[in-house]
This record gives sequence, structure tokens and C-alpha cells, in this order.
Amino acid sequence: MARKERSELQRSLQLVRKSLLAKIGIGVITLIILVAVLAPFIAPSSPTDTNLIDRLKSPSPAHPFGTDHLGRDIFSRVVYGSRISLRIGIIVVALGLSVGTALGLIGGYAGGATDTVIMRIADMFLSFPPLILAMALAASLGPNIENVILALAIIWWPRYARLARSKAISLREEDFVLAAHAIGSSFYYVIRRHILPNSVSPLLIQASLELGSVILLAATLSFIGFGAQPPTPEWGAMASSGREYIRMAWWYPTFPGLAIFVTVIGFNLLGDAIRDILDPYQRRRQ
Amino acid sequence: MNYLSFLVRRILALIPVLFGVILVIFLISHIIPGDPARLLAGPRATEEIVQNIREDYGLDKPIYVQFYVYLRDLTRGDLGQSILTRRPVARDLLRYFPATFELTTVSVVLASVLGIPLGVLSAVYKDRTADHLIRIFSITGISMPVFWLGLLLLLIFYLNLGIAPDPGRISGAAPTHITGLYVLDSILTGNLRALFSSIAHLILPSITLSWYALARIVRMARSSTLEVLEKDYIRTARAKGLTGRPILFKHALRNSILPTITVIGLLYGELLGGAVVTEIIFNWPGMAQYMVSSMKTLDYPAVMGVTLVITLAYVIANLLVDLSYGFIDPRIRYD
Repeated sequence: MARKERSELQRSLQLVRKSLLAKIGIGVITLIILVAVLAPFIAPSSPTDTNLIDRLKSPSPAHPFGTDHLGRDIFSRVVYGSRISLRIGIIVVALGLSVGTALGLIGGYAGGATDTVIMRIADMFLSFPPLILAMALAASLGPNIENVILALAIIWWPRYARLARSKAISLREEDFVLAAHAIGSSFYYVIRRHILPNSVSPLLIQASLELGSVILLAATLSFIGFGAQPPTPEWGAMASSGREYIRMAWWYPTFPGLAIFVTVIGFNLLGDAIRDILDPYQRRRQ
Repeated sequence: MNYLSFLVRRILALIPVLFGVILVIFLISHIIPGDPARLLAGPRATEEIVQNIREDYGLDKPIYVQFYVYLRDLTRGDLGQSILTRRPVARDLLRYFPATFELTTVSVVLASVLGIPLGVLSAVYKDRTADHLIRIFSITGISMPVFWLGLLLLLIFYLNLGIAPDPGRISGAAPTHITGLYVLDSILTGNLRALFSSIAHLILPSITLSWYALARIVRMARSSTLEVLEKDYIRTARAKGLTGRPILFKHALRNSILPTITVIGLLYGELLGGAVVTEIIFNWPGMAQYMVSSMKTLDYPAVMGVTLVITLAYVIANLLVDLSYGFIDPRIRYD
């Protein structure tokens, strides 16, 4: 079982390497990760140091993306912003994935009332438009990055729970699971040793596909004022402050927005390629 | 089982969903760490005044009593009174909903009218230049932050070229109020000036809002058409000697449209929520400003009302999609 899975994964990886779109996506993602890791070396100045003499200067060799209303170098802020967006995306997906997988596998394997209760709760969260629920949660928790992460994780877990549940249900009747149950393995032992390892790869793929959407939603929350607050160099928050100066300084909201766009497109390109490879006939209901 | 009993069953199944939705919103708006009564009374108010406000709004009662009262009032169509505007929430929502509804509807129609043909085109010309261009366009569409697109359009067409009207719903007086939808009201009252002005004001916001929807519809229409084009009955039709158009319109489209309709329905609900960002950027006097200000001031009757209305619209859009299947695809049976 495990060996077959690995060889499938290898074959998929080979196809990913052949796809042009995937390569562009991987290139963009690698670039963003490098920028985030090497931020202190790339950014010419501090992302928070103000310099009121140089306020709202248009792009120039000294300030490739111009400066903002406090004279801060927008390029440096955009560079540091990559750390925040990646961090939000990764933590939200990791949190949502762990909670969703745990609940989904338990529900799917246990069946009956446990399953019904878990899935009804999941459905309840899925019946909200994501942005609205995120706004309501972030507003009542208080606007900051930690609460954005919490709010988005609360919205995201049901998607993974559904997928995990369907895997658990299909594995429930497999011989090796029935055998494990028959020799007296405990409920959680069967889930941990047999169900989880066999459902982990589609879940991980699904999770990586959604990093782009999570980053976009987080930036949107910050833009409306329910996320990161100034002076945090978060892209959505920067675009939001830049909006007030758009008449005088077109570059101010434009470059942070461009950074979000490029990052999200990187993840979406890779995601599309992976989806095509894994399941060409799957109807893309997303 | 016939269609009617299916309909009744589906509507009945909505009740637990709506109850859950109300419960979730209620819990969210009541975990607010701040104290709305204190906020309303102001920093200098005495404890007595704050206590009076609590009693006025029932904030001093246990949470399950508050929930019961809310449900009871809701069944009478009473959404409570906004703490901020001091008007009934239902009346506030009625005032702001038409603007949001108009913008969303225009955007969904725009996205569907353009998206379905583009998606089909992309599928028919798979792996050729047209397909590549359409695919690049659609992937940029789903990756573009709505607020960024809106700002760019505003920057280019309003601030630089000066060909778009200033943000807002209309220049000059609004048409006589009938439905609250300016375009419709202008037509009904024969007010040409208002008609042109309201359409001109709709252009940039609806492009902004429909961009993402358009991309999603194109992707869905493309993949479902591709799937159908590979089916045996299309091969049969070709073998019969049919070519191009008849195959596409008579055989392929009718079979491929269903998943696309699903996406359009889902998007309609999603856009009612997504309109928030567009409305803020274009100063559109819809529910967004009301929602944002009520959330920031912990005006929880307003928060609950506005969230409930948008979520209800989302749930109803999903239901309508399900119900429409039977009309589009006669093979679907309800049992």
C-alpha cells in the first residue's frame, strides 16, 4: 500500500516537472520564499523607520517602489511583508488541516451519531460566505494578525474535514483496517496507524492548493481593517493606507497589491498543474 | 417522488441549517470581549447609565435568554434595534440592500454572459492560442485581489483618463424610489438622465466585482465542456456526419451547462459577500459600509442582521441551483 502510494507520488512529481505552468508557479513560490527568508539582506532599509523629509517620493533607484506617507521605503516594506503573508498562509492551513483531518477521520471511521454531529457542525460553517464569517470573527476577536489566523483556521477546517471523512469511509471497509479492528486494536490506534497514513497525501495536496486563497483572504481582511494594523508591513494593510494617498502617489497602493497578486498567482499556477495531473476528469467545482 | 415533495423536503431541510447559522452568528457576536453598552454610553457615563442601557437592550439577561428573545423576535421579522443608528435593523437593511443587490446582479449577469462563451471557446480550441490566452486571463482573474483591481481601475479610468464618473451610485438626484434599484427605477419613471448616470456609475464597480466570478465561470465552463466533448454520444454525433455548431449547441452545451450553473449560483451568494470590498473602494452605498461600521463598533444587533441577510441569500442561491437542475437536465429524478 505504502509503496504503491510512493510510486504514484513520484510519477506525479515527474509530470509536475514537465508542465510549464507548474514550473512558473514553482519559480514564483521559490522566489517569494527566498525573499521572505533573506529579507534583511534584500531590503535596502528598515520596514518601519520613518523619514518625513522623504514622504511620498515616486519610484527611483534609491526607492524602487517609492516611499509612503511617513517616508518609509515601500520596497523594503513589501519585502518584509512576504514573511507575514507566508506565515499566515502556512499556519492557517496547518491548523485547519490538523483539526479538520482529526475530526474528519474520527467522524468517517466512527460513523453514526459522531459522524453526523461533526459533519453538521462542518456544514454550518460552510454555509457562510467565507469573507463575511471571517470579518465577523476577526471583528469580535479584535483586529490583529493572530486573530486573523484563528478566524481563517475556523473557516478552513471544514473543507479538510469533509475530504478526510470521505477517505476514512472508503478505507473503513478495507481488509487491513477490518483485520486491525478484529485483532482488537483500539479505535484511535486504527486511525493513527492505518487510516491516517493512507489519507495523508490527498489532504496535503489539497492544503497546498489552498495556500493562495488563504493568503488572498487574509490580505483582504487587513485591507478592510479587520486584520494587521499599521505600522505592520502587511500587504493588505499597506494597500489600505495607500488608498488614501492614491491621488498623489499611485505607487503606494499599487506595489503591495502587486506583491499579493504575484504570490497568489504562483500558488494557483502550481495548484492548477497538480490538479490537472492528479485528476484530469475531476470537475473543478472550486 | 415528484417535484413538489422534493421542493418541500428541501425547504424543510433549510430550517436546521438556518438555526445553526443564527446560533453561530449569535455566539460570535456575543463572545465580543468589549462591552457595547459601555461603548454606547461613552467613557464619561456613570455605571448607572451603562446599567440602564444594558437593561434597555436586554444585555443584562443570561445569554440563552437573549438567544430565545432574539429567535422569538426574528419569527416576527424583528431584527432588533441598531445600537449605533438607533433605528430598527430591518429598516436599515432595507435601505442598503437594493444597492448591493443591484451591483451583485449586474456583475453576475456580466460574468455569465461573457464567461460561458469564453469557456466553451477555450474548450473547443483546446491547446491553441485562443485557449492559452483565455486560460492565462482566467488564472489572473482568480488570483487578483479585488481591492487591487478596483484601485487600479479607479486610478486609470477616473484619476488619469477622467472618463469614469466619480465614485458613488449616481451623479445628481436619485430616481423616484420604487424598487431602490436605480437602473430599474429610472426605466420605470422614464428618467433618462438618471438611467445613463446610474449605468455609468455601475461600470467600474461591476467590472471589479465580476472579474473573479468571470474567471471562475470560464474555468468551469471550459472543464465541463472538455469532459462532455470526450463522451461517446459526441463521437456518435460526429459519426452521423454532424459537424461543429450543431454538435456544440445541441449535444455538448446542454450537457455541460449544469456544473457551470452550479458555480454561477454559488458565486451569486459569494459575491453578495465579496461586494464588501468593491463597495468600500467605489463608495457604493450598499450594505458594506453598514456592516463594517457595525462590526467595528460592536453594534451586534446590526452585525447579526446583516450577516444573517447575506448568509440567507447565500443559502437560497444554493437552493435555487439545486432546484434548477430538474429543468435543465430532464434525466434528474427526485428520489
